Amino acid sequence: MKDVDKDIVWVREPELGMAGKSYLSLFVGGFTTTVKHLFSPKQTVESPEERHESPDPLLYRGVHRLNRDEQGRVKCVACFLCATACPAHCIDILAAESPWPDRQKYPESFTIDELRCIFCGMCEEACPVDAIELTSLYDLVGKSREEMIFDKEKLLSVYDQTKDAEPMRTKRMRDEG
Amino acid sequence: MPPNGPTTGIDDPMERVAIEALIKIVILIGGLMTAAAYLVLLERRMAAWIQDRLGPNRVGIPLTRIRLFGLGQPIADGVKFLFKEEFTPAHVDKFLYWLAPIVIFMAAMAIYAVIPFGSVLPASLGLEGAPIHLVVAPGIDVGMIYVFAVSSIAAYGVLLGSWASNNKYSFLGGMRSGAQLVSYELPLGLGLLGVVLMSGSLRLDEIITAQARSGVWNVLVQPLGFVVFVVAAFAEAERLPFDLSECEQELVGGYHTEYSGIKLMMYLVAEFVHMVTASFLIAILFLGGWHWWGLTGWEENVGWPIALVRIAVLLAKVLALILFFMLARWSWPRFRFDQLMDIAWKIMLPWGMVNVVVVAFWIEFGDRIAAAVGVANPVLMAGTGVVVLFLAWLIATRADPTAADNRPVVVSPGDGPRSAQGGPSP
Repeated sequence: MKDVDKDIVWVREPELGMAGKSYLSLFVGGFTTTVKHLFSPKQTVESPEERHESPDPLLYRGVHRLNRDEQGRVKCVACFLCATACPAHCIDILAAESPWPDRQKYPESFTIDELRCIFCGMCEEACPVDAIELTSLYDLVGKSREEMIFDKEKLLSVYDQTKDAEPMRTKRMRDEG
Repeated sequence: MPPNGPTTGIDDPMERVAIEALIKIVILIGGLMTAAAYLVLLERRMAAWIQDRLGPNRVGIPLTRIRLFGLGQPIADGVKFLFKEEFTPAHVDKFLYWLAPIVIFMAAMAIYAVIPFGSVLPASLGLEGAPIHLVVAPGIDVGMIYVFAVSSIAAYGVLLGSWASNNKYSFLGGMRSGAQLVSYELPLGLGLLGVVLMSGSLRLDEIITAQARSGVWNVLVQPLGFVVFVVAAFAEAERLPFDLSECEQELVGGYHTEYSGIKLMMYLVAEFVHMVTASFLIAILFLGGWHWWGLTGWEENVGWPIALVRIAVLLAKVLALILFFMLARWSWPRFRFDQLMDIAWKIMLPWGMVNVVVVAFWIEFGDRIAAAVGVANPVLMAGTGVVVLFLAWLIATRADPTAADNRPVVVSPGDGPRSAQGGPSP
């Protein structure tokens, strides 16, 4: 090793005072913290009996849903932005010509492989019409891999389940001004 | 010989002694194993509470929904360990690999041959018409030497296991542990020496009786020795902050990395029993054993109430110490290995020597000085003990021998070694 290298700066630990060197402050401090936590309220949620409640369900990234508009139609316009943004490539959209006059395309089929999904929320960020959103449902189970590939009907039914508890982001933003 | 106590139909006195000892062994091993299992549960619950969790609270009576605060957990743990696959890696030394956990477990249990778990049971129960001493092997004059000899065998269990595992992490852990155990034997012995000087005996029951007779616990008259012994006992039991040999974060599991199933359980139980042993020794040597002022007295022949109170007092002290061990685990960070060695050789060893010298001085001249000054000898000893503790701590703090200059040293030709930044090393 070159000892003449002026670029090398040797960083030294800060000097301890008498109290620090005597280990007493650390001794007392460590013990106080431990005893304090021994009697402090516990954070554990006893899962099957109690459910974890997200402080803000709109921030939680759980199971996806496909939102409906006021007439109950799927909001998605099959623009593929979510599928493009998805880093796990778990969104598969089949676009078709829209039966409705207000848009050109709609998704004939819309499937999400929940087992591939990494729940990063990029699809939600990418969506220009707020059609795909992540809910705060987290206990996602199935008996087979096929069962965990959610199709359009299932994603819409998730919306029907959760729309009261978790209104759409656009609606909430409108309500809150 | 006409029998004094209840007739038992056993005439040979040797047979009676053997039967008495066997009964005590059964009670002790049964009690110790059960206690260890439930102390593991307690440790897990306490660890959880300290981390703001709840800990294992679900296992109760099987096939019912009764939970009993998780009191079934030790049984579940034991069953799990028994039925787990016992995997023997292909690269191990089979014989030593099998021998090591047995050695450490046997050593941990054998210590309890001389450790009293109470005082005496009344004479009315004795087979020989004499009080039953609550020690498996009563009247061993070299009890403390036996404890030290057997507890040193634990180092063999660790070293054999680490060597036989043929694994670098295991080996590192074993080497650390070997160095640590050997180093801390010395302060442990010095801490003990002051106690032996005070009571004039190596028998554990005599050490307790001496403290009970005078009513002065050793911790009061030699606090420095107490500190040295407690620190060394923590290190010998390999509990945090001295668990360098098995620190999960750096060494996976240390010397028992390659072990599984019942062999791993023997290691874990042995370690746990070491902690219980350390608590017993601290309680007996420094905290008066079964003695409590005004409750227990010190006489040899006692009735049932006093006998039971003495057992309760001893076990309460041991439990309190075990709780301290468990709290300590989460309170302070682990020492670096060089700091660990520095503490043993540069602080604890000198402290232990100072303590022995001070205690020896007061035992030799204490009575004369006390008579001249007009103060009781224990008061003088306690006073000097506190002063000596303070001074020793102050000197250790000033000298700060654990501070390490870990800057790399460069050697240039024609120049002596110097540190990279130049200037004197601190």
